[in-house]
Amino acid sequence: MPETRSDKTIELRVLRYCPSKDAEPSFQSFQVHYTDDMSVLQGLQQIKAELDGSLAFRWSCRMAVCGSCGMMVNGAPMLACNTFLRELAPGPVTLEPLQNFPIERDLIVTVGDFVKKIESIYPYIMPRQPKTVEQGTYLQTPAEMQEYASFADCINCMLCYAACPQFGANPDFIGPGAMALLQRYNGDSRDGGQQARLDQIRGEDGVWSCTAVGLCSEVCPKQVDPANAVNQNKSKSALDFFLSRLRTENVT
Amino acid sequence: MEHFDADILILGAGGAGLRAAIAAAEAAPEMTIALVSKVYPMRSHTVAAEGGSAGVVRPNDSLDNHFNDTVEGGDWLCEQDVVDYFVGHCTREMIQLEHWGCPWSRLPDGHVNVRKFGGMKIERTWFAADRSGFHILHTLFQTSTKYPQIRRFDEFFCVDLIVDDGRVQGAVVLSMASGEFTAITARAVVIATGGAGRVFRQNTNGGIVTGDGMALAYRHGVPLRDMEFVQYHPTCLPGTGILITEGCRGEGALLVNKDNYRYLQDYGLGPVTPEPRNKFMELGPRDRLSQAFWHEERKGRTVTTPQGEAVLLDLRHLGRAKLQERLPLICELAQHFAGIDAATTPIPVRPAVHYTMGGILVDINTASPLPGLFAAGECSSVGIHGANRLGSNSLAELTVFGRVAGEQAAAFARQAPAAKAGDPAKAAEAKALALLQSHGGGERHAALRVEMAVSMEKGCGIYRLGDEMLETCNTLATLKQRYQALTLEDRSRAWNTDWISAIELGFQLEVAEAMAHAALARKESRGAHQRLDGFEARDDVNFLSHSLAHYQDDAAPRISTMPVKITRSPPGQRAYGALGEQLEAARKETTHA
Repeated sequence: MPETRSDKTIELRVLRYCPSKDAEPSFQSFQVHYTDDMSVLQGLQQIKAELDGSLAFRWSCRMAVCGSCGMMVNGAPMLACNTFLRELAPGPVTLEPLQNFPIERDLIVTVGDFVKKIESIYPYIMPRQPKTVEQGTYLQTPAEMQEYASFADCINCMLCYAACPQFGANPDFIGPGAMALLQRYNGDSRDGGQQARLDQIRGEDGVWSCTAVGLCSEVCPKQVDPANAVNQNKSKSALDFFLSRLRTENVT
Repeated sequence: MEHFDADILILGAGGAGLRAAIAAAEAAPEMTIALVSKVYPMRSHTVAAEGGSAGVVRPNDSLDNHFNDTVEGGDWLCEQDVVDYFVGHCTREMIQLEHWGCPWSRLPDGHVNVRKFGGMKIERTWFAADRSGFHILHTLFQTSTKYPQIRRFDEFFCVDLIVDDGRVQGAVVLSMASGEFTAITARAVVIATGGAGRVFRQNTNGGIVTGDGMALAYRHGVPLRDMEFVQYHPTCLPGTGILITEGCRGEGALLVNKDNYRYLQDYGLGPVTPEPRNKFMELGPRDRLSQAFWHEERKGRTVTTPQGEAVLLDLRHLGRAKLQERLPLICELAQHFAGIDAATTPIPVRPAVHYTMGGILVDINTASPLPGLFAAGECSSVGIHGANRLGSNSLAELTVFGRVAGEQAAAFARQAPAAKAGDPAKAAEAKALALLQSHGGGERHAALRVEMAVSMEKGCGIYRLGDEMLETCNTLATLKQRYQALTLEDRSRAWNTDWISAIELGFQLEVAEAMAHAALARKESRGAHQRLDGFEARDDVNFLSHSLAHYQDDAAPRISTMPVKITRSPPGQRAYGALGEQLEAARKETTHA
């Protein structure tokens, strides 16, 4: 909350939609006073506190780690908390909910399907060699960590899904974020669940749906590089397909 | 109203709630566990913890060392039996997290690495670069999906507990997406809703950190303990309050004032060494460092930034490679939120409210005085932090006592009779709906929230004065009256965040009042509670005791006291730097004699 009000203002055009009132979404404009250190999120907070308390958007940490405040800023998926109004001046700035997701209200989209995708890929260690706590930690060298470290940095903000044309065309596509998480576990030296996860992404909504556009990695605010995860799994999935054929042939 | 019948209900799905859910699922696989959170679990504020989590591993370290650091750090207001239990279980919880996949930073040989932290004698802070809380939270969330008996209620907001026949029997929750209510019945309830730092203006906390669980328990007669002890973290970005981890100083960062002088040497933390030693200078405890800033500001030795006064955190000598390896998030935050390249420019920092040491009164088994109600994590006061928490003890607390809470709730649920929703649930729904429909005096809750936060900062800041605390108490009483006449702008049901924020503000005002009244009643200085009005010294004769804030309908809280459990560390002089070292040597000699 700024103590002295800045003279500088910028117009925020916010997509509004209230299911009990509106037949369809429409834009509403607000003039926001801003300083050079203010984020888009702070602009929205100013609207909510002073101009219109009914405006709905998600936020929490305001330091780009909780993943709540993804939205379309001038048509591109961004985190509102680390996108600054000074960079968007003189405006107007168009704010819309993340594209490719159903709108629940104003800037809030449905997250549940994305979370189900995460849950579907067995997002936990299935130990290669089970160990008790008394036996201590597993050894894992820094080089072994590097195999999966960047994929473990995903904050589940869903910007990559908003950028992904394939997900836009087919909401059942497993998508970049869940693929990154899959690779986070499949690349972990402690894990033995690779086969189970690869089986999950073999189908038509799996890894092969990706058409290698690469926008997911461009918009990622944490340099997770989900496109790389998808590519690695395409080659693994191809190899897996080939090996499974061999296995079948050996059996018959 | 919908109804869901669970065996165990857990409110809050951050580190403590998730750990409790997993423990309950493992202890009682036949039970249904309802896990309620007002955000998706991975958004919980555990996500923002940076530096790391304590657990003794080094051969030159010991549980006694961790115990002594914690009790001394808490200025002898810790429950010492609980601290003993805590330090004895931290390391196994860190190993458990490792088995679940937490990417702890490693030594070249593949063993887990530990870093230095403030007030800790030996390196014992396990870290995942500077995203320790993020990785702990995601590891716990993802691991929790293994257990089908954990039924999540994501984006459900708890409006009240169901208390009947002298025990807790569930809670009434509101689906934020639909605005519809569900009564969740359960034979045991765990509150794990985190802290309340947002009652202050400048703070490191996410917007969700509004003390909900504390207020819920408090309104049902459970005392809040030691609420006057609020931690200011010494190194945060001015303005936003974004946290710049103590891990920076653990890696060797220096704090200097506008004259490039390492001012901490003037506040009993010296002597200066090129790299800070454990428990000296930059590796002193948070209360002392925040207090030193306050004095520097008054001496005019701070730097002025557009967002207010600051000192400088200098990381340049660590070099870009080490910064990228150990402190990548800090580099990113400095770049985005302060426009600074930490490898070439010192970061302006200042204290901001970070952590509530106090909380829901619970015993060593995380049980509150209300039968069936348990609490763990920052919302609770199990007794390990005393008057000042040491950095890296809170993430450890989440896991150690989250597990205890899950197991204890399962054991309690096993022998408790069936729970029912009944009239209390209907009353809770009616009360929440009344707020939605009320036509008050036209005042927005946002204005009240700002006044509360400004008043708390003035009256209950780093240093406190009786008349200022009293003024804050009075302001809060007025704000509670004005709260009764709120007008909501939004009367729809789906995603009505105007409504949710108003209910949260009601919780915040209760918690703020408990803090301010407990602070006013403590006529001494101890840990994070420092007075400048004739009570500058610690007073073990009159105040070696916990405070308890008791809720009273339509009146200010009643403050009482409760004895501190001292088992093996009698209160001594709390000192760091050279004096601390001398005192410790003397204590050792006495013990050996």
